[in-house]
Amino acid sequence: MYEVIAFYVFAVSTTILFTITAMSKNVLYAMSSLAAGMVMISGLFFLLGADFLGVVQLIVYVGAVMALYAFAMMFFDATKDIKERHQNAPLVFLLGGLMAVLFVVMFSAPIIGDNIQALYPYAVDEFGNSIKNAEYVGMILFTKYLIPFEVAAVMLLVAMIAGIILAGKKMDYSLTECEVSDEELKVEELDIAEKLKKEEA
Amino acid sequence: MEIGISHYLILSGILFSIGFVGVLRRKNLLMLFFATEIMLNAVNVAFAAIGNYYGDLSGQMFAFFIIAVAASEVAVGLGLLILLHKRYGSLDLEVISSMKG
Amino acid sequence: MEKFVYIALFAPFVGALFAGLFFARSPKTHLVGIVNSSLIAVAFVSAVTLALHVAEHGAVHVQMMTWIAVGDLNIPFGFLVDEVSVTMMLVVTLVSTIVHIYSTGYMNHDKGYNRFFSYLSAFVFSMMILVMSDNFAGLFIGWEGVGVCSWLLIGFWYHKEDKTFEENPSISPSWAANEAFIMNRIADLGMLVGIFLIYWNVGSLQYDVVFKALPHLADGLLVAIAMALFIGAMGKSAQFPLHTWLTDAMEGPTPVSALIHAATMVTAGVFLVIRANPLFSLDAVHGVSMFIASLGAFVAFYAASMALSARDIKRIVALSTLSQLGYMFAAAGLGAYWIALFHLAAHAFFKALLFLGAGNVMHAMDDELDIFKMGGMKKVMRGSYIYMGIASFALAGLPIMAGFYSKDAIIETAFNDGSFIIWGILVITAGMTAFYSFRQVFFTFHGEERYKALGFHPHDMYKYVLVAMAPLAVLAISFGWFMDNFHEFITKNLPDYEMSHETHHLAPYLGTIVIVLALIGICIAYIKYAGKGDKAWKRNEKKENSFIYKLVANQYYVPKFYDEFIVQPYTVASDKFWEMDKAIVDGTVDFIAKVIYVSGDVSRGMQNGNLSSYLNWMGVGALLLVLGAGISAFIG
Repeated sequence: MYEVIAFYVFAVSTTILFTITAMSKNVLYAMSSLAAGMVMISGLFFLLGADFLGVVQLIVYVGAVMALYAFAMMFFDATKDIKERHQNAPLVFLLGGLMAVLFVVMFSAPIIGDNIQALYPYAVDEFGNSIKNAEYVGMILFTKYLIPFEVAAVMLLVAMIAGIILAGKKMDYSLTECEVSDEELKVEELDIAEKLKKEEA
Repeated sequence: MEIGISHYLILSGILFSIGFVGVLRRKNLLMLFFATEIMLNAVNVAFAAIGNYYGDLSGQMFAFFIIAVAASEVAVGLGLLILLHKRYGSLDLEVISSMKG
Repeated sequence: MEKFVYIALFAPFVGALFAGLFFARSPKTHLVGIVNSSLIAVAFVSAVTLALHVAEHGAVHVQMMTWIAVGDLNIPFGFLVDEVSVTMMLVVTLVSTIVHIYSTGYMNHDKGYNRFFSYLSAFVFSMMILVMSDNFAGLFIGWEGVGVCSWLLIGFWYHKEDKTFEENPSISPSWAANEAFIMNRIADLGMLVGIFLIYWNVGSLQYDVVFKALPHLADGLLVAIAMALFIGAMGKSAQFPLHTWLTDAMEGPTPVSALIHAATMVTAGVFLVIRANPLFSLDAVHGVSMFIASLGAFVAFYAASMALSARDIKRIVALSTLSQLGYMFAAAGLGAYWIALFHLAAHAFFKALLFLGAGNVMHAMDDELDIFKMGGMKKVMRGSYIYMGIASFALAGLPIMAGFYSKDAIIETAFNDGSFIIWGILVITAGMTAFYSFRQVFFTFHGEERYKALGFHPHDMYKYVLVAMAPLAVLAISFGWFMDNFHEFITKNLPDYEMSHETHHLAPYLGTIVIVLALIGICIAYIKYAGKGDKAWKRNEKKENSFIYKLVANQYYVPKFYDEFIVQPYTVASDKFWEMDKAIVDGTVDFIAKVIYVSGDVSRGMQNGNLSSYLNWMGVGALLLVLGAGISAFIG
């Protein structure tokens, strides 16, 4: 019973919060409701018994990603509204609605077909004790999913470096104005060529 | 009343559609990012729900990797946003029309 | 002996390849003429050797290789050299050799010299296949081969422009070539049907097998086969309804007319009837044979009547060819196959000579063909004059000459058979033949020198060409002397035809009638056309406007009839079909193109450079993908 109440609370609140995110004109509201929605999502994860995932959701999304967005928002001074001209609003909602219907249909397809077999069922260990979710995730992640895990780690590293370079390097002038430096380079090359000629002579 | 997988999946579909509508209608690039985050989260919910239903951890694993991807996407994407902001002084999609043929 | 068979067959082929592959694009080289002529001469020598061998040891039958072997159908590439085919080989190679040598002179100034020799040798090769094949399929291949070569050679000067029908009924080389080709195709359909019928009912196409099996077939079937084969022969030999192409074929170079449209190819129809004599001499197909004989007699008269008024020197000779082919068919239809073959050979010699002589005249007169513009040319063209005189004597069937023996034999046959109508027609035609052939000679070489007023400066052909023509002249005179030898030789293969005693007794009188008629014809021609000064020939407007003259001069309006009732309705129908084609087929294609164009034009609006609208389109695409995935999930 509590589970039902909890699900509906979380479901309704995420829907409302995300709708605010998608519709609000104010960036601050949008971001705040997004962060709140993430928390609610983590609540759903806990309901589903995915404790570790819920924790990660809280840490990564609500902690890290939202902090990044917050910094970005401050950086862009995005609190002032951007005027958004919406053409074809009915079309947009029609597409979205269709998408929703389709996904519901599609996600229910395997249930109707009932042809999916669990690869790594919530198992009991050799002593018959049920294993905690976080522990079990750890076991799976470092055995079966080790390589994807390492790749994901490298990807995060790369993303971090890319973020630093894109945002941090040559903050003082635009990358698109690099033609000037190209011309300077050419002049330098010519100078070197002349020097080489003199040395040969 | 039992909360079954269909509840979760329908919720996930609705959330995804909200994100989808956001992607379609948003002109502010930052808001666009928010919308994509919504879509990713919706998918995560679906993965976790299906994984739970079948008693299979693979769903959680995928959700886990999706979170990793989302994090890196935000890192790179925000870097690019900064560049765009410097170039155009705005984050409005309508302004960025250099792809016009 | 086998190697001689192959040499005779493939020497012309080598010549054709030599000229066609190595010299087709190079400028005129005498080498081509010399090499090709010698190769044909080699073929002739092989044919002579084979003839001697056949006379002594009988037929040579070789099988080169398996050609078609599918299921029950087995057609080998086999060649049969017996008395009949060796006679044809001799005639073909001899006339071809002389025509080749003649062509080196005649085509000397032509741009397509090498091309011409390539075609000509290819023709000889096809003709050899036709006569030497030991089955109907090979015969048909040769048959089509000579048809193609004939088309190529009639249309040799394809660049000449078309003329309207009113101006010149024969119009242009390319038109004439197409006419000949299409008309032959119509007839070949009949021949194909005949061959199919044979295969269907006998199960083989080999001559020996087929002829052995023929008597066991049903009467109606035999008649059908005989008719179908004869329709093919009618096309190739230009018999009545399909005859118009032969006179129009004179648009080709004269050596071609001499070789293909007088001596060899057009006699292929006669050859077919002779070759298939076991079929045509069956009692069941007696009706067909009578029809062949009657049609032959009719064509003999019909063509001769047209020749009486023709003005075109080559057309006269062509019509006389038609007439003589009628004689051959008359003989073959009456069962005198060996006489038909004898006349075929004799005719080949004197008609080729006549054509080559006419070619000399044409050459001298800068391709002028109208005999009304010639006259009195015997002084400047003595050699050609003598040759044409000899050939005309032979054609008219005067004693000693080759034509006398062969034509007389045919007329006697008709008498002997009791077909007095055919006999009468043939006798009268003999008189007409004498008249028109000498009309032509007198017009050309005697009388007033009309060409002078028109500014022509005729000169005779090269000496070596005239010398090369000598063998034909000799044979035109003397071939008839060997009639008994030929009879003995050929009747080993062909059925003999014995005259009754009565006919034998009457033969001298019958011959005299023909000779007298011929002499009368010559005399009339002399009086009318050979005079000079006061007696010189003048155009008679009144006569030219008379109904009969106009009828004859317009070839009985048959070409006009074809033009108006077949060609023009066909053209109209084609136009209609073309319009339908344009509306339906082209319309469909255009519609598809238009749809693609319009859709491209419309969807170009997507590429407006606005990232947001790109994103929307991407959303639509994603939705479609998801939709597809959902549908496939449900179907799968």
